[in-house]
Amino acid sequence: MERDDLIEYSLHAHHDDAKGKEIRKKIYKVTILLTAITIFEVIIGAGIKQSSDYWSTVKVLFILLTLLKAGYIVMVFMHLGDERPYLRNVILIPYFIFVAYLIFIALVEGTAIGSVWATMWQ
Amino acid sequence: MAGHSAQLDAKTLWGGKESPFQTSYGKLMMWFFLVSDALTFSGLLIAYGFTRHDSQDAWPIGEETFNSMPFLGHGYPLLYVALMTFILIVSSVTMVLAVEAGHRMDRKGVTKWMIATVIGGFFFLGSQAWEWSHFIHGSEFGKIELNDGSVAIVKGHFGEINSFTVIEAGKKHKVGAVIKEDLMHQFQHAAELGHLEAGKIHLADGAVAKINKAADHEMKLIIKKDGKLHKVGGKEITGKQAEKLYYEALYSGDKHRVIYGANMKQNEYGPQQYAQFFFFITGFHGFHVFSGVIINILILLGVLSGTYHKRGHYEMVEKTGLYWHFVDLVWVFVFTFFYLL
Repeated sequence: MERDDLIEYSLHAHHDDAKGKEIRKKIYKVTILLTAITIFEVIIGAGIKQSSDYWSTVKVLFILLTLLKAGYIVMVFMHLGDERPYLRNVILIPYFIFVAYLIFIALVEGTAIGSVWATMWQ
Repeated sequence: MAGHSAQLDAKTLWGGKESPFQTSYGKLMMWFFLVSDALTFSGLLIAYGFTRHDSQDAWPIGEETFNSMPFLGHGYPLLYVALMTFILIVSSVTMVLAVEAGHRMDRKGVTKWMIATVIGGFFFLGSQAWEWSHFIHGSEFGKIELNDGSVAIVKGHFGEINSFTVIEAGKKHKVGAVIKEDLMHQFQHAAELGHLEAGKIHLADGAVAKINKAADHEMKLIIKKDGKLHKVGGKEITGKQAEKLYYEALYSGDKHRVIYGANMKQNEYGPQQYAQFFFFITGFHGFHVFSGVIINILILLGVLSGTYHKRGHYEMVEKTGLYWHFVDLVWVFVFTFFYLL
């Protein structure tokens, strides 16, 4: 007997020409945005020295812009924005919890170990 | 078919006979693979951050390390990596356009955009090969330990070496012979071994030759490790003073005062781990790009032979697309954490 409970392909696997035009417009918009962000980052990166007073602000700015870029890639290019919210959450929430925690631990520990090494030989 | 019902009711959605995610098996598995692969890359980048934070020596700065362009030379901070990022973004866009064409069952469109994606992938791989080669060979000046024990990296234009004129004969070279080949390589090799002295080079066969070299321009020393006289972040050392300090050290006759490029043991850019992370993270990413290009070519062949068209949908293109976008996504993070910060 043929099984009828397995989905062979996605529900939204087809669309017509009008919808296609709309989707392509969105894709081009995102392309321009991603390129603009990258150019902006390079100008800032080359222009502001790491010894500058503004560097910590720039660092936060870079991380935010990176997350913005990543968001557009995942949501638009990878179509995660069009998937069911359940699927979206299963994929994204682990990162917000686990990776954020790991970053925190690694940087705090790294700094602590660095300061121990710095005083060890004195 | 049960799974294809358009009505989505929270009560029945999780009651079986229906996929709560409303997505196909293949796509879901691709997502699960990407989730685990993303954790791997997170791990690598976080390890990089950890090492950077516990390191005592000055960490290399992206815009100082990566400032070369093919055919143009030095002085273009981060431009090349930005170009690589742009290439990868564009190839991600052509991929999403291929997926979109597939949704309209436009076989010609899919073919066109898949070919563009493959070409973009090759461009990126080529760029990375150039970047690696440049990173391994290093700059013409290298990193130098000055006489006061401080360590500096050097910026500026290296005056070309025109020839060596032999002044003391060796096993191979006679007095008066002019050597015109492989000059830079011999010069750097001798510098690493301490076989240079004021304007003269001791060649491998025991001959001594005069170095005929054009003057350097706009030399600048950036101190990376404190010495007795020069400190990190101290006054800028430029021009004649920089040249004097640099050549004093280069012609000192000591071994290992200068390091050119990078290998597994040492590098001219910063702490040893820096180059190791560079090789591993960009290499691991590059390997993903390489696999991606191969998979894209296979899918392109499938499109050309009409396999997916007969099947009635282009989901294979969509699944490969997910992987290809993921590769782009990882590069966005590598770009920020390795090159910008």
